[in-house]
This record gives sequence, C-alpha cells and structure tokens, in this order.
Amino acid sequence: MFANRFLLSLTALALCLPAIAGVNIQNWETPQGTRVYFVENHDIPMLDVAVDFPAGSRFDTPEMSGLAALTHGMLDQGAGGMSDIVIAQRLADVGASLSGLFDRERAGASLRTLSSVRERDAALDVLVTVLQKPEFPQSIIQRERARMIAALREAESRPGDVAEKAFYQELYGNHGYGLPETGTIPTLSKLKRSDLQNWYRNYYRAGDAIISMMGDMTRAEAEQLALRISSGLPQGRATSSYKPTLEAKYPLPQEKRIAHSSTQSHVLLGQVAMARKDPDYFALYVGNHVLGGSGFNSRILDEVRQKRGFAYSAYSYFFPLVEPGPFVIGLQTKVSQTNDALNVARETVSKFVTEGPSSAELKQAKDNLIGGFPLRIDSNSEILGYLRAIGFYQLPLTYLDDWTKNVDAVTLDQIRDAFRRRVNPEKMSLVIVGGDAR
Amino acid sequence: MKIPMRFNPALLLAILAAPAFSAVTDVTLDNGLRVIVKEDHRAPVAVSQLWYKAGSMDEFNGTTGVAHVLEHMMFQGTEKVPEGQFSKLIAAAGGKENAFTNRDETVYFQQLQKDRLPIAFGLEADRMANLQLKDESFAKEIQVVMEERRMRTEDNPQSILYEQLMSVAFQEHPYRRPIIGWMNDLESLKAQDARDWYARWYAPNNATLVVAGDVNPQEVIALAKKEFGSLARKALPVRKPQDEPEQRGVKRINVKAPAKLPYLLMAFHAPTLRDPEKDVAPWAFMILAGVLNGNDSARLNKVLVKEKRIAVDVGAGYDGMSRGPGMFFLEGTPAQGKSVAELERSLKSEIARIQKEGVSEKELNRVKAQVIAGDVFQRDSIFYQAMQLGEIATIGLPLDLLDKRLDKLKAVTSEQVREAAKLLKEDNLAIATLDPQPIKGEPGKSTLEGVGNVR
Repeated sequence: MFANRFLLSLTALALCLPAIAGVNIQNWETPQGTRVYFVENHDIPMLDVAVDFPAGSRFDTPEMSGLAALTHGMLDQGAGGMSDIVIAQRLADVGASLSGLFDRERAGASLRTLSSVRERDAALDVLVTVLQKPEFPQSIIQRERARMIAALREAESRPGDVAEKAFYQELYGNHGYGLPETGTIPTLSKLKRSDLQNWYRNYYRAGDAIISMMGDMTRAEAEQLALRISSGLPQGRATSSYKPTLEAKYPLPQEKRIAHSSTQSHVLLGQVAMARKDPDYFALYVGNHVLGGSGFNSRILDEVRQKRGFAYSAYSYFFPLVEPGPFVIGLQTKVSQTNDALNVARETVSKFVTEGPSSAELKQAKDNLIGGFPLRIDSNSEILGYLRAIGFYQLPLTYLDDWTKNVDAVTLDQIRDAFRRRVNPEKMSLVIVGGDAR
Repeated sequence: MKIPMRFNPALLLAILAAPAFSAVTDVTLDNGLRVIVKEDHRAPVAVSQLWYKAGSMDEFNGTTGVAHVLEHMMFQGTEKVPEGQFSKLIAAAGGKENAFTNRDETVYFQQLQKDRLPIAFGLEADRMANLQLKDESFAKEIQVVMEERRMRTEDNPQSILYEQLMSVAFQEHPYRRPIIGWMNDLESLKAQDARDWYARWYAPNNATLVVAGDVNPQEVIALAKKEFGSLARKALPVRKPQDEPEQRGVKRINVKAPAKLPYLLMAFHAPTLRDPEKDVAPWAFMILAGVLNGNDSARLNKVLVKEKRIAVDVGAGYDGMSRGPGMFFLEGTPAQGKSVAELERSLKSEIARIQKEGVSEKELNRVKAQVIAGDVFQRDSIFYQAMQLGEIATIGLPLDLLDKRLDKLKAVTSEQVREAAKLLKEDNLAIATLDPQPIKGEPGKSTLEGVGNVR
C-alpha cells in the first residue's frame, strides 16, 4: 500500500541527519564602527552588497511623517555629480541592479552585480556614491514626492492597504510603528530639501550602518570595500529624538470599521506582541506555525478555508521588531460573511491560547521547520537576507547554526505558557475594511 | 479510472531520447511523461515541478476557470491520500508545495531536501490518476475560488481593466478569457465539470516533470519510472488552433471602477517565438521591451517619468513565449494634472521615434549587458531554472533555446529593433483606460485622512 510505504520512508528519513551545509559568517567592525557580515562564496560569479541603517519610518514624527521614506527614495536620484539618469545608466551599462529596502525599522540599499572586475568596480562606485554623496536636487524632490503621493492615493483603492495602515495606527497610535511607512499626503507636501539633508546627515551614519556581503569576493576585498563605504559616510551615531514606548503607553484595544467599495472585507485582528530578541521568540514562532503560520498545515486556514470555504487566504504571524512588534491575524471574505469568518478566526485563536497545540501538531511543525531549514539558505539572496537581519537585530553569529536546535528544543508547555502570557484574545484590536462602516 | 500503482520493470528500458545538452537531461518515458533534470549542486535541495499542458486556453465558454478550479481540487484527496493530507505529508518532510494555473498550463511543485524527492513523486503520481473529486469538497472549494477572484480581480481596478482589455483584444483566441474564470461561470460550475477536465487532460503524456537541484539525473529518471511509469497514457483531444483573425482597426474601451488614479493599458498583437533559429522578430521584440523598459534609465522611464513628468509610472512588456498568440504591452499612470490621452500620445511617440530612428548602440549594449548579467543571476534560483525549462517544454520549443538565447539576443541589431517597432501599428492595437469612480465611504475626502484623524 502506498500509504504504508510513505510512513516507512518518513521514519527512515527521521533517523538520518539532514545534510545541512553550514553558512560561515565572517564578522568584523570597521574603525568607524560599522558592523560587517560577510559570506564568501565563489559558486556563481556574482556579488551582493547591502548597506542598512536604522532609519525606517519609526523614526519619523507625526508632523513630518514620510521624511524617512522620501529621504531614502532620493538617495539614488542624484549623487556625487551624477544625475538620476546617469546613475541608472551606469548601473545598466554593467548589468547591475540597485534595490532599496525600506520598512518601519530599516532604510538600506543593496547591489547585485557580476563579480568580474570591470562590472563589479563600476557598480560598486555607484553604490558608494549614492550612499555617501546624495544631492537631493530640489526639482527631483518635487517629482519623487508627487510619485509617492500618487502611490498613497492609489493605495486607497486597495482595501488590504487601507486595513494595514489603520491597523498599525490602532495598535501603536503616535508611537513610531503607528506612523504610515510612506507618510501622508499633507505631511509629505510640507517637507523641504533641508529636512531631507538633515535627515540624511543624522541617520545615515557609519556608527549605525550594517554592511552585509555575499558572494564572489575575497576577505581582503571585502574588508577594503567595507572600509571604503564606512569611511565616507557621516561619522558617529545618530542622535534620535525617538523614545521607546512602555507597554502601558500603547493605545487601548479598539475596533474600527472602514467603509469601502470592495466586494470583500479585509479583516485584521491583533495586538502588540513581541520584540526580535524576546526570550519567548522560538516558543511563539513554533506555536504560531501551528496556529496560522504554515498555510494548509495551520489551524486558522484549516478552519476558515478548508472547513468552511470562507476565504482564499487566512493566516497569523508575529512580526518581531526592535521593540515589540505586532501579532496579526488576517483574512479576506465577501462582505456578507465578514462576521462569520471573524468569529471563526477569534474562536480558533482563543482555543489555541487556552489549550496550546497537540503533541502531533508540534511534531508536524518541527518536522516541517527543521526538515525545511536547508531551503532557507539555498541561495545567495536568501543568505544575504539573513545576514541583514542578523546584523540589524544583532542576533548571534551562530543564529543559523543554532536555528534547528532552538526549534527542536521548544516544548508544548513553553508554547502554551508563552501564548497565555503574550496573546490575549480578549484584548485584540480589530480593523475591518469593506462594505458599509457599521 | 483507477490505475494500479505497481512497479513495472519493463519501463526501465523505455528511454526515448538522449540527454540534450550540458547539465540538462531530457527523456520521455514509455507512457509519454517527459522528464527533464537540471543539475545544480550548490545546496542539498531539489525542486520538482509537474507541468500539465492544460491551461485556461484549453477551456470552453460556460466553464471558464475550470483549469484553475481543478488545480485547487488536486489537493482535495485520493483514496490513499485523503483530503488535506497532501500538504501535510510534504510539510512533514520539510517541504514547501503549491501550484499555479496559467493560460498555457497548470503546474504543481514541491521544494524539498534532495533525498525526499520520492515523497513528492509518489504523491504527484497518485493524484495524476486517482483524484476523488467529491461533491462536498467541490462545493466548499468553489467558494474559496470565488473569494480568490474577489481578492485578485473584483477589488483590484487594474486587474478588472486587464481582464476586460483581453476580452476585447482577442476576438476568437481563448486568451480572451480570464484564467480565474468569469464569476458567473464559477457560480454555475459543477463538480462534474472538474471531473471532465481531469479526465481529459491529466495523463502522463500531457505532462512534463522538471527537477532541478542537487540530484543525479539517472536516479531521478529511475525514480520517475518507478512512481509514474505504470500510469496509462490517454488519447488526448485534438486542440483546435483558434487562430486570431486579423484585427481591423484600433479597439478602445473605457473601464469604470472604484479607484483613485487613472491608468492606461495598450496591447498590440505581436509575433510569438516558434522557431528559435529562423525567427527574427521575437528576439528583436525582447530587446525592444528592454530598450523601452528594461532598466531605470530605459526610454519610457527616462523620458516620460524622469524628464517630461507626464507619468508617475510606465511600463512595457513583451509576451512572446507562449502556446498562443503574442502580445506587446505599454502601460502607464498619468502624473497629476496630465490626462490618459496625453500619456497615450507620449507612449505612441516613443514608439514612433524608434520606428523612425531605431535605437542607439549604447542602448542596445545596455540591454544586452543586462541580459548577460541576468543569465548569471538566474543561477541563484533553482526554482527559476526549473520554471524556464518547464515553460519552454510546455510551449514545445527546444530546450537548447536556453543556451542559444544569449547569442540570439546579442546578435539583434538596431535595424531589427526598428522593424519590430514598425509592427506596433494602430490597427493592431487595443486600448483600455481606467476611469476612476468614487470609493464608498469617503465623504469628499480620502480614506487615508479619515483614518489619520483617529489618532
């Protein structure tokens, strides 16, 4: 029988150790205080270099919301005597691509280039210049601001975007995480060139920068490049007016319904939950894998979609940040069945918090996470992503080496205990976008 | 009909084709299943993709969307692997799995540690022949698909516009119908429609199995024979060409939907790659798309967004690798104070410039540099490598296309790009403009500001 054969082969797999290729992360600090993370690998003649700063939207003020994003977006729009067009042409001439990373915490840039000397050096020149000598030309600011405003307006037609924005505001209020990542139309409209210049000088500093590099380069070359980047940035560390918020200061749970012409309601439910370096991290992460983090394997999708056909997607996740990030449960369903779907999601979470996972569910989650670990590090781009996270959140260098051990060590009791302490189904904020606001 | 899952040693001898070219092995089993293996030993993982040559273009009016609905139903259980177990078994093996449906094909894939491929093959072979398709599963899953359509199409103004434009741009060819299906067809679809679809198209001789990763091709082929080899081939229906008749003049539609910004999408009929050696225009069209839109300094972005500021976003794209007819697209969102009509004129004048003057050597080299680099960068993803092979195989193009592509693109001249641009004629064009309608619940001001006031 097929089913038997299957079980046998799984048992056999469980006995042999997975052939995980380790990731050897080299780490050092430049004299300017920039932390550097490097993985040398010559399999493919290409190189990825990323430079990140704690300069995301959380550092904005409500009055100047969008300043962090606009400054970041302007870095490659004129620098070191090169116009926006020249910058784009120089990269294109050597087939390189420069990408931005911008979120609530981070502002950064990453370059992917061929590692052959001519292409690599030309591309790195551009990267170094846009990081060190952005010019913020007045007329380009006008253009890019107008494009950001257009994007904000367009986002209003998308119920999912409207919901997410409202959800973060509900959870965090005027705390930095509550501000919209790319600002608002009125605040963007007020920003001046000098605001951007000051922002850049204060937040893009060598002492805060994290450089991550992956690929076809020697250690000596990597050291030289890191030094070159670091020494030409504004020196020192940022002075931030930013004050961390005590847990008690977050807004009280709210419920908000926003009318929209959409045929579906987008539902977001959740609360402020955990920081990246939280001692409960692995218990909550593995627990959530069972609750709503593993698609068809998770309870929420099973209850909402598989059993009832209420939604195409339904999920939960923790989004750990430097300070406590949110725990989010989300789904979309046709407007008329919003309350039914929401009730199912609520009941599923409550039951999970009360009872925790079964031992079979925990085993399934661990098998999936541990068995799937090699897939997480099977490409340069994925390893680069880990380097950037390890660097930014100051995770241990052994983070990837220890990952499967940490997952494996999580117990049923730890998950139950962590969820009971950290997730309170009675105190969740709710946003529903779609239908009439009732 | 159920096919017994027994091992048939006779099939061991049934290799019809020898390896085609470097590092890609390409064989067809006795029962018609084509197996393509691409070695990549960077990480101890593998991806398995099963490509069925059955997409929305093979559907009929009244049952549009059935290819995609069947894709959903493929996870709803067989006798041996009950509903919900497929995903659980792959997950327990540390794998990721999913599926997608396109105009040309339906694809099921798993990503796993390399030694766990047998699990994926066993499950795929089982559901190729033994799907149960129960009425109650169907009744629930069709609701999920309708929610998916609401999410992807109904509530996305640009998706509505694309769907409506395609239904006008093509008069006869089935590319006129949306992959996810019309809502009314979904509402009246029955489990029997899905059963008929499954019976018609799900057979080893209508599928290609692509494996990429840290594997030994001979072992993969032996495993494929073991798991799939006993499945019987089917007589496949004749596929009618449904060639698109010549368009006689521009087609133009206006689409009203709740939205904030206008939007313009232009679709020209364009040639499709059929003979990689002899064809010229498709390669020239690929370069043309690169010159217009391949990078931040490409013409459309440079002129219309950066310099003239007529648009906040522009794009161009060429869809010339497909089973059906090809298409060349131009799109854009006008800047505040500019109209879609101005944007349309500007996009057309960029095409006219190339029709008249061709493109510069610098621009050509820039696009070629990106093609060369892209060829290296793509090696970072085994999934993408498998995707390319599966697509080419399903279309019916030779696999060595991937080796020759670089040289073909490098050889394209400015004059050939100019000739390609000349094929973008007004008479060959369908245009849709999005006419934004108010979004409910905003009394004269934006939702965004409304939410902002809550603080």
